[in-house]
Amino acid sequence: MSVLVNNNSRVIVQGFTGKEGTFHSEQMIAYGTNVVGGVTPGKGGQIHLDRPVFNTVAEAVAQAQANTSIIFVPPAFGADAIMEAADAGIEVIICITEGIPVRDMTYAKDYIKNKNCRLVGPNCPGVITPGEAKVGIMPGLKKKKGRIGIVSKSGTLTYEAADQVVKAGLGVSTAIGIGGDPIIGTSTKDAVELLMNDPDTDGIVMIGEIGGQYEAEASRWIQSQGNPKPVVGFIAGQTAPKGKRMGHAGAIIGGKDDTAAAKMAIMRECGISVVDSPADIGKTMVAAMKA
Amino acid sequence: MNIHEYQGKEILKSYGVAIQEGIVAKSPEEATEAAKKLNEQTGTEWFVVKAQIHAGGRGKGTVKETGSRGVVLAKSLAEVPVKAGAILGGTLETIQTGPAGKKVNQVLIAQDVYYPGDSEPKEFYMSVLLDRSTGKNVIMYSTEGGMDIETVAEETPEKIFKETIEPGMGLQPFQARKVAFNLGLSGQAMKQMVKFVNALYNAYEQTDSSMFEINPVLKTSDDKIIAVDAKVNLEDNALYRHPEFAELQDLSEEDPLEVEAGKHNLNYIRLDGNVGCMVNGAGLAMATMDMIKLSGGSPANFLDVGGTANATTVEAGFRLILQDPSVKAILVNIFGGIVRCDRVAQGIVDAYNNIGEVPVPIIVRLQGTNAEEAKKIIDDSGLKVYPATPLEEAAELVKSVLN
Repeated sequence: MSVLVNNNSRVIVQGFTGKEGTFHSEQMIAYGTNVVGGVTPGKGGQIHLDRPVFNTVAEAVAQAQANTSIIFVPPAFGADAIMEAADAGIEVIICITEGIPVRDMTYAKDYIKNKNCRLVGPNCPGVITPGEAKVGIMPGLKKKKGRIGIVSKSGTLTYEAADQVVKAGLGVSTAIGIGGDPIIGTSTKDAVELLMNDPDTDGIVMIGEIGGQYEAEASRWIQSQGNPKPVVGFIAGQTAPKGKRMGHAGAIIGGKDDTAAAKMAIMRECGISVVDSPADIGKTMVAAMKA
Repeated sequence: MNIHEYQGKEILKSYGVAIQEGIVAKSPEEATEAAKKLNEQTGTEWFVVKAQIHAGGRGKGTVKETGSRGVVLAKSLAEVPVKAGAILGGTLETIQTGPAGKKVNQVLIAQDVYYPGDSEPKEFYMSVLLDRSTGKNVIMYSTEGGMDIETVAEETPEKIFKETIEPGMGLQPFQARKVAFNLGLSGQAMKQMVKFVNALYNAYEQTDSSMFEINPVLKTSDDKIIAVDAKVNLEDNALYRHPEFAELQDLSEEDPLEVEAGKHNLNYIRLDGNVGCMVNGAGLAMATMDMIKLSGGSPANFLDVGGTANATTVEAGFRLILQDPSVKAILVNIFGGIVRCDRVAQGIVDAYNNIGEVPVPIIVRLQGTNAEEAKKIIDDSGLKVYPATPLEEAAELVKSVLN
């Protein structure tokens, strides 16, 4: 089973023939992801990486039965690519592109709200279900199949968490990189909910950072459900100064609720095993699973 | 991107938002000229002299050298150069600048808008910003103008109102009227406020701003509605759509190391600690800073070398970190995904060789894609670095080199 991406995912790549699109398509294909083609407007009819190129997402859906899309287009065209995928009936849209203007995303988020789709990202590392499909840019986790789900705003912290979980003797069911932008399609709570409902996931690592209220919202939801599965949490940015954007567009402390300390306090109140050091994620997960 | 009050007001004015008029000056002589011109344009006989720095709290802040406040009133033309002179070139310390303060290079000579008339002037608060929980913009406003809005939110939250704007549809007329009525306005002042809110929201959308904060918005004694202050933050990711904004950037307001980092496409933020760090990915970079703190050190910087780190960017990163004299150790933490560890390792070796002698211990933790090749490059180079593989080991090494 697992969530969002699996053996049944028929993936197209928007921005297929570009440099980033090509590099990561090769990686995904090598991983075993079922990449059925790609979209580059104006290059329809060509063959790239032994797969068909389409002019539109709608053609890719009609002719290659695509149900999942991964987006690598430049930021100026990111929101448009998301809306095109949603309009064409793509069910899972994963947007890697970093730097899409917020105004564009307010429009895109509004446009897709009544469409039958789930957006992950933008500015995210993608989603991976080890042994089934990688629809993203993270390094492969081929031998790391297991029963711990990971939700994270950050790419490299996802790899870090997955690595620790595996070295601690556990494995990963699905890792979801939700992205570090102020407006994202799948919130921390949405991703946690998917994993809570996944019969193949027994425990969850939830990694957040300064800025926004997604972690607090997810924690309160977990508590309202009676903490059905153990959750280990970490918030990056305990030492971040106020008012400075720490790399991710959304990682900025505006008010006091944005701080790592405030989020960690709420997470603890809601029964989440919060770690102060990112080095302790793996062993804390092991302990939480035994408890 | 942050800009000065006078620049923000110019943008607002160009979208039809009524503002407190003013002219920027860099010397007492220019201040006198500005005041004369302003008197001709507006008839004002009193002038407000306002320090232009990228920080709030100027009115209550103090210029260290002269004791002047950051915002003062000159009640005659003759007072203008004296008052401006007490601010220009000085170091203004406010609640937002920290104890170091900020150097004032420009003052805004602005018209007096609190003149007496038929009704009492009244101050309000208004901001436009993104509500991240809904992905929609909101207009936040309050009857409590001129105060710190976080204090108002804490003490009298019922005095803060929010109006959510539907994307694509924009601000609707009834919403603008609601703002005016909630602020207790009627008659001409109500009409003026509706116009003001409409123009303000339009300016926010069209300029791709991340935040507008107008504190105070003033209802004058003759029922005009004007922006007396303007804090405008333009969204960096949308600047490509507004090439005209590029010249608004004031590099003197920014840390010189951060400016230099920008030239190398490095995402660097200077902090006041003693352990420099170089990391790939913003999340891992923040987590590494946190780990340094837990190990008894304090992070000297945030530095994300990004998804395309190679020998050139890594060397540039090293040089930046080493320019900060408080750095006593450096922690390199790379989890290779897209970034290949061998490339980073080559960067470390090249940086060493090019810089000559690196005066502080370096801890290098390389994990992930091509980590083994990376280790070989570092081992073969004969460099004196402390290698670590698990994150925990890196944390222990930070502890031991600081002792």
